[in-house]
Amino acid sequence: MAPVDLSPLEKSLLDIAQRGFPLSPRPYATLARQLGTTEDAVLAAFRSLQTQGVVGRIGAVWAQGAVGSSCLAALKVPPARLDAVAACVGAHPEVNHNYERDHPWNLWFVVAARDEAAREAVLDSIAAETGLPLLRLPMEHGHHLDLGFAIDWSPSAAIKENRA
Amino acid sequence: MTTVSAAPLLDDLDLALVDALGTGLPLTHRPYAGLGAPLGLSEAAVLSRLTRLHETGVIRRFGAIVRHREVGYHANAMCVFDVPDDRVADAGARLATRPEVTLCYRRRRQRPDWPYNLFAMVHGKQRDEVGARVERMVRECGLDRLPRAVLFGVRRFKQGGGCYGRPRTATPAESP
Repeated sequence: MAPVDLSPLEKSLLDIAQRGFPLSPRPYATLARQLGTTEDAVLAAFRSLQTQGVVGRIGAVWAQGAVGSSCLAALKVPPARLDAVAACVGAHPEVNHNYERDHPWNLWFVVAARDEAAREAVLDSIAAETGLPLLRLPMEHGHHLDLGFAIDWSPSAAIKENRA
Repeated sequence: MTTVSAAPLLDDLDLALVDALGTGLPLTHRPYAGLGAPLGLSEAAVLSRLTRLHETGVIRRFGAIVRHREVGYHANAMCVFDVPDDRVADAGARLATRPEVTLCYRRRRQRPDWPYNLFAMVHGKQRDEVGARVERMVRECGLDRLPRAVLFGVRRFKQGGGCYGRPRTATPAESP
């Protein structure tokens, strides 16, 4: 899969707007001033980034424990059942980050719910629906948590990527 | 510390804002006014609440949520270690300072199936390159004698804000 082709403005927005997004009445105008462009150009660039799927949304990442209760979980799925089980797990609205990984514990996902009891109920129903062994791995301490992501825009990286 | 005991910090209107933000800040000239309107909150009230949540650490990060694969970062390695309990804080602190680590946290073990208690995520463009960086990191952090595993992401079935019920949507603090 080739990486998407982003404009210089789109790249600049990804560099500066992953954290500390302006909390002021016209945030897109604030970003536009920083980048020497117009508010409408910034809005159009964000629309394009969302349409391309590069930006999921502009929003908040909440501190662990601040909002609801979440838990990393994994299932050991027979390979022939993986697509069906992934669909079953993903059908729960409390599930996100549903990934296949190259390990006997091959399906990994996060369950986020209103509180711990609701979270455990979702995990219980996933275990019952799939009949598969389930790992429940709640976080105990964060050493370094999501602060955004510095993207390497260098052409050499893109060329290597295209060859891969 | 990254854990917030927040139940008393959030009132019902804060929780309504959490819900509203789960679908993303509107792409309009006055997005905070648009966010607050269905909740009966003025633009100024939305901004003062979000500013308070940000300053108190309830919001850890506010901004664009980027999908790594779409910008060419196809290789993501979940590195897990079984670290003796009396050494895990130190090992986590060392991993957390590494530039290649995007997330690092301690999790509960689930013996005998899952002995690993320390997790670090490393993202990159290619699997070989990420694998080499992980090996170097493991050596330089002095973790090469510990039981460990590296799990690469293969397929992504779903990525998005979690739903907290009733229905509430938000980006959870966790990601794998």
